[in-house]
Amino acid sequence: MIVGQQKKAEEIIEMLGTEWDSLLIVGCGTCVTVSLAGGEREVAALANLLKLYYGKKGKKITIATDTIIRQCDFEFIDDIAEKVEGHDLVLSLACGVGVQHMVERHPEKIILPGLNTSFYGATTAVGEWAERCIGCGECILDRFGGVCPVARCSKSLLNGPCGGSQDGKCEVDDGIDCGWELIYNRLNDLGLLEKLLVYEDPKDWQTYRDGGPRKLTNKEYYDG
Amino acid sequence: MAEPMSLLEKKLQAGHFVVCSELGPPIGANVEFVKKKARKLVGYVDGVNVTDNQTAIVRMSSIVAAHFAREEGLEMIIQATTRDRNRIGLQSDILGASSLGLNNVLCLTGDHQSFGMDPGSKNVFDLDSVQLIRAVHDMVHEGVLLNGKTMKVPPRMFIGAAANPFGDPFALQMLKVEKKLEAGAQFIQTQAIYNLEKFEYWMEEVRKRGIHERAYIMAGILPAKSVKALRMMKTDVAGMDVPDELIERMEKCEDPEEEGVRVAIEIIERVRNIEGVRGIHLMPVGWEKITPEIIERAGLYPRPEVE
Repeated sequence: MIVGQQKKAEEIIEMLGTEWDSLLIVGCGTCVTVSLAGGEREVAALANLLKLYYGKKGKKITIATDTIIRQCDFEFIDDIAEKVEGHDLVLSLACGVGVQHMVERHPEKIILPGLNTSFYGATTAVGEWAERCIGCGECILDRFGGVCPVARCSKSLLNGPCGGSQDGKCEVDDGIDCGWELIYNRLNDLGLLEKLLVYEDPKDWQTYRDGGPRKLTNKEYYDG
Repeated sequence: MAEPMSLLEKKLQAGHFVVCSELGPPIGANVEFVKKKARKLVGYVDGVNVTDNQTAIVRMSSIVAAHFAREEGLEMIIQATTRDRNRIGLQSDILGASSLGLNNVLCLTGDHQSFGMDPGSKNVFDLDSVQLIRAVHDMVHEGVLLNGKTMKVPPRMFIGAAANPFGDPFALQMLKVEKKLEAGAQFIQTQAIYNLEKFEYWMEEVRKRGIHERAYIMAGILPAKSVKALRMMKTDVAGMDVPDELIERMEKCEDPEEEGVRVAIEIIERVRNIEGVRGIHLMPVGWEKITPEIIERAGLYPRPEVE
C-alpha cells in the first residue's frame, strides 16, 4: 500500500493561509487509513485541532469533514461533489495521487495536500511501516529470493553488497537492514546461492520514472 | 601476456611489488595545491589514486586533478564512483580520461551521499561497481559502449576494483570479488588493513579461489597519526576493522605520529610476505606528506623503472 504521514499542523496552517471562511477536510479510506495518516479518525482529529487553533485566534470559520473510500477514483470523488463545491478550500488527506485526482475533478477549486506521501510499504509492527517496493515497473524478485535489491539496498545494487555493511546493517543507518544480507540469507536458506553468481546487466530504467510519467492501458477494458 | 594499458600494469607484469598511494583533490579550484602534493610523491610511488568526491564531499574532479598531477610526472589512477554519474556520464569520463593519458581506473560504487555534506542530494547508482567494470572492460577490449555502439578509437584502461576483506557477510563479499574479476577487473585495491589475522585469512580464501592469479592484489595501508583517527575509523568509517589492541597501543605510546608510521611499516612488512599480495596501496588520509618517509623506511625506495 501507499504509506503516508500527516504534515505538521504548523505547515498545514501556513499552507491554508488566511483567505478563506470554509474548509473541507477529505480523508481517504484505503491505504492512508491503514497507515494511520489520512483516514476518518485522523480527519476528525485534525479538524478539532484546527477549530481550536482558529477559535483561539478569533477567526470565524467553518470546518467540515468527509472520508471517501478512495480519492484515486472519480466514482468516489463524485459522491461528495456538492460538498467540495460548497467550501472555499479543500484539504485532502489522501496520498499525492488522491490530491491530484481531486484537482482533476474540481479544476476550479484549491485542493491542498495534508499528507506527505512516503513510500510503498508494508505494516511491519503496530504503528510501523517499511518500504518494500519502489514501483520500478519490472519486477525482479524471482532472481533475488523475494527480497528486492532495488528497494532494499540503499544503493540499489544488483550484483552484490557494497563494502559498507556490517553486522547485517546498512552503512547509511544502523536502523536499516542490509538488503543484500537479507537476499543472501534467504537464498542460502533455500539452497539457491548459485543465483547470486549470475551477472546482472544494468537495469533498464525506462519502466521507472526515467521513461517519463507512466500510463497503463488495459485494452480489454479501456473505455477512454 | 596482454599488451599493458599503462605503466602500472607494465610494472606488475614485470613482477615488481608495486607501491600506490592516494591524493585527495582540494575543495576548491587550486591547481597549485594538486601539483605541490604531486611533486612530493614523484619517484616514491608507481601509481597515485585520485579519489572521486570521497565520502560524498564535493571536491575537484578526480580526472582533472589526476591530469594536473600527471603533468608533474606521476602515473595516475583515476577513481570512478557510480554514486554521482549515470552510465552516460561514466562512459564519457572514461573516454575523456583515456584521451588525457590517464590509463588506470579504480571502479567503485562510492560511499552513500548521506556520509557527506549533501545528504539531500539525489543518488544515482544507475550502475553498480560490477556493471561499471564490465562496461569499461567492453569499451577497452571490445571497443563497444553499453548501448552497443562501436568505437573506432577505444579507450585504454587498466581496470581496478576495490575489495573489503572485513566486509560482512564474508561469503557474499567473496562472491562479489569473483564477480568483479569475471566482469574484467585486473587489479584489486583492498580496504585499509589493521586486522592482519583477518586479512591473512581472506588471502587464504583468495588463493583457494585462484583470485590472486587472475588479478594483482594491492593491500590497503592507512597510516594513522593519532588514536583519535583510529577511533574515528573504527566507529564512523563504513566497513573498517580496527582491533582494540591497536587502539591501546596508540593510546600508550609517547609519539603517536612515530607510532603510526611504525604500525604502517609493520603492516607493510607482514603483507609483503603473504603469497598473492602484489603491492600496497597507501591511503594516508589527511597525512599525505608522510608517504615518502613510510616508503623509504619500509625499504621500498627507490621504485623500479621499466622500459
